[in-house]
Amino acid sequence: MTVAGGATSSGTGHPAPAIQLRGINKRFSPVHANRDVNLVVPAGTIHGIVGENGAGKSTLMSILYGFYQADSGVIEVGGQVCPINSPEDALAAGIGMVHQHFMLVDVFSVLENILLGAEGGPLLAPGMAAARKEIARLEADYGLEVDPDALVGDLAVGLRQRVELLKALYRGANILILDEPTGVLTPQEADRLFEILRAMRDRGVTVILITHKLQEIMAITDNVSVMRAGQMVAHRETAQTTREELAELMVGRKVLLRVEKSVAAPGDALLRADGLSLIDAAKVTRLDGVSLDLRAGEIVGIAGVTGNGQSELLEVLSGILPPSRGRFTVHDRAIDQDHPCTPEEMRDLNLAHVPEDRQRMGMISAFAAWETAILGYHCDPAYTGPILLKTNAIIDDTDGKMARFDVRPADPQLTSDSFSGGNQQKLVLAREIERQPDILLVGQPTRGVDIGAIEFIHQQLIDMRDAGCAVLLVSVELEEILSLSDRILVMFEGRIVGEVAAADADARIIGLMMANAHEKAETEGAAAHG
Amino acid sequence: MADPSSKLPTWVDVGLLPLINVALAFVVSGLLIAALGQDPFEATWIMLRGAFGYEESLGYTFYYTTNFIFTGLAVAVAFHAGLFNIGGEGQAYIGGLGVAIACLALDQYLPFGLLLPICILAAALFGAGWAFIPAYLLAKRGSHVVITTIMFNFIAASLMVYLLVNVMIKPGQMSPESREFTSNAWLPYMHEVLGWFGWEVAQSPLNLSLLWALVCCVLVWGLIWHTRWGYEIRAVGANADAAVYAGISPSKIIILAMCLSGALSGFVGINEIMGVQHRLLLDFAAGYGFTGIAVSLMGRNHPVGIILAALLFGALYQGGAELAFENSAFSPDLIVVIQGLVVLFSGALSYMLRGPMERLYLRLSPGRLVEG
Repeated sequence: MTVAGGATSSGTGHPAPAIQLRGINKRFSPVHANRDVNLVVPAGTIHGIVGENGAGKSTLMSILYGFYQADSGVIEVGGQVCPINSPEDALAAGIGMVHQHFMLVDVFSVLENILLGAEGGPLLAPGMAAARKEIARLEADYGLEVDPDALVGDLAVGLRQRVELLKALYRGANILILDEPTGVLTPQEADRLFEILRAMRDRGVTVILITHKLQEIMAITDNVSVMRAGQMVAHRETAQTTREELAELMVGRKVLLRVEKSVAAPGDALLRADGLSLIDAAKVTRLDGVSLDLRAGEIVGIAGVTGNGQSELLEVLSGILPPSRGRFTVHDRAIDQDHPCTPEEMRDLNLAHVPEDRQRMGMISAFAAWETAILGYHCDPAYTGPILLKTNAIIDDTDGKMARFDVRPADPQLTSDSFSGGNQQKLVLAREIERQPDILLVGQPTRGVDIGAIEFIHQQLIDMRDAGCAVLLVSVELEEILSLSDRILVMFEGRIVGEVAAADADARIIGLMMANAHEKAETEGAAAHG
Repeated sequence: MADPSSKLPTWVDVGLLPLINVALAFVVSGLLIAALGQDPFEATWIMLRGAFGYEESLGYTFYYTTNFIFTGLAVAVAFHAGLFNIGGEGQAYIGGLGVAIACLALDQYLPFGLLLPICILAAALFGAGWAFIPAYLLAKRGSHVVITTIMFNFIAASLMVYLLVNVMIKPGQMSPESREFTSNAWLPYMHEVLGWFGWEVAQSPLNLSLLWALVCCVLVWGLIWHTRWGYEIRAVGANADAAVYAGISPSKIIILAMCLSGALSGFVGINEIMGVQHRLLLDFAAGYGFTGIAVSLMGRNHPVGIILAALLFGALYQGGAELAFENSAFSPDLIVVIQGLVVLFSGALSYMLRGPMERLYLRLSPGRLVEG
């Protein structure tokens, strides 16, 4: 199968490729988001597209799915030139898309969600009956087992994703685009997804997988295309390439995939949590008796699938939410429900917090970078006089932070949302790290961050540890947890279900713990803890 | 990722778009006037001359502008905290009550120089107090501030009727008005002040409140963009989660912003009660609070924009009154329709043309837009 670069014609003798893009250009002036992009996706294959954030992958897929129109270039579907001007056109051409964030109605059943927008008439009953039959067939064909009558809101994330897949297939898609499909899955769920994708490929469905996880590319794709700065820089057969080569192609230089670090020399416990529980307004238990020690000079990683209490743990420990039960101490200060501690006081205790979701919490999109750079420290006398903010001093200070953390473009006056994810994160990290905290809580430090910046951010966290800071790292990237942590705690449904020393850590066992499917690992973990 | 609907240059967003919106409103008004068999160009001419054509008209225009600056600023301050304060009307009304109480109580004893700061304080306190209750209900109980502030407008109106009819009415008369203040409680008219400097201008209700309105613009600008309280207000308005993360208490900021907003609305009472009426009477707020919403929207919640938008609405009020006076075909209701169209296009539909403008701008000047 030819997957060479350039506007290759589909080789004679081969069936027409499922998708052929020729000379696609898209400009968001002055950014050339897609520059003369050529892509051939042979029918019935799984094709990976990798690239850093901002490399133009999402733009390209948005063009293919009709969200944007290309400035120039040709889209061919199944060998036919096929102008795609809207998602409806894409669907008509048999292209379906599963978004990173699911587009489902929680209070509808699976069946109703699949039917949504394809009801097939004013009355629901006939459409429902037909859909039920079709779904049963799709389930049998691809192993996509979901209860059609379950409420989507009750389903686990992996199952919701299957509903999305069913939705696309039900609409007759034989070309599926998946945007970062494993971001919210446990390793086991991801494996299951890959099985489904393989079953689809075997039945002739073409799958385009957008991801930044190179191990997934290696595990499942047949071919891979690499994008950098709006251009296709390489097409490879997956069997003929390596992770290292792909990473280098993505970044344009050699990349260290493993973090170099020495053995930790932990000191005193700076933060101790004892039976922390959190019950939210809807009376749902979000944290359930969490106990942990965080010692100076170590990185403790919290592994777990999104939504198992990690976010709440960070919010309780940083003072945003008071615990409902239990207590924790930061240095000598004891905090419980009756003695809460505000985020401001936490900062005074020299505890810094890099929030999981920088868009939602870590920064204010509409604020200038210099305003985001003092968020939480805006009452510091270095930044404000009795009445007026010391704007010039803050801007100078931000200039320094941007230089030291290589934030680009280094212009404190730009609004925070005009920076790429990696640069936003570096700005947030600079703000928190440069206070030289004793305790650093970090959530998803490299979410939406490009590979080049990941290396830098990881190094910063290691440096903090080596300087004697106690670091609590929450991440859904198991690889990140494994490579940075000195100890690993696994969370499931608000509880800590296992603890593993980094030296003994094994992705498979942690993966099972994340799904709470490994009693043995749990007891082992408890033993390791003792 | 790249979002094409990201940013327009400031001059288009703040300057051109509002101008186009107003122009559209005038085009539609013109069509309406033409449909009624009148000459829209003549009507425009009468309105313009009525608003700016001679000294007295200019005085009236600026007098209305003063009220709109106060109420526009009020809406803007709340808006920066993410709050939609619809209660400017009631807060202005109650602010006037504060001014009247201060004047009625003290005009016998205090000279103007002492009375003025007391009255300003009273207007601010009463306006802020009236905004505090909805703010408190939102901060502590989560009651929607749009609903509560609207209801508080009605409560203010009823309260004033009650007070004027039963308590504050001057004995021995039928109309529900308080007694007139003694003249040491009168804010000097602008024509008087200019007269002291030897510049004779025609009489109008324009008084020194205009200067206070401009001072308030500077104060609001400094507060919002150059103090930590403004920083906190904008943080809560732009991203409440991030504000909580930063240790800012949204409840405190809600109460602070609403009270500031109410105080600014209350200053309408300085202009109306101390500056013009010199007594407390019914309905002096006359819709200024509501129009302030449009002023703030049109002025993009920035004091400079608010001054310009307030001037436009001042001219509309004054020019419209002139038009109704000159040509009986233009009933006052029609003038309200024209004003309503301006509010509709520059307020409610102010973002209607954003999308098309962005596409046009992208097409016309590739290479200038910064990617989001």
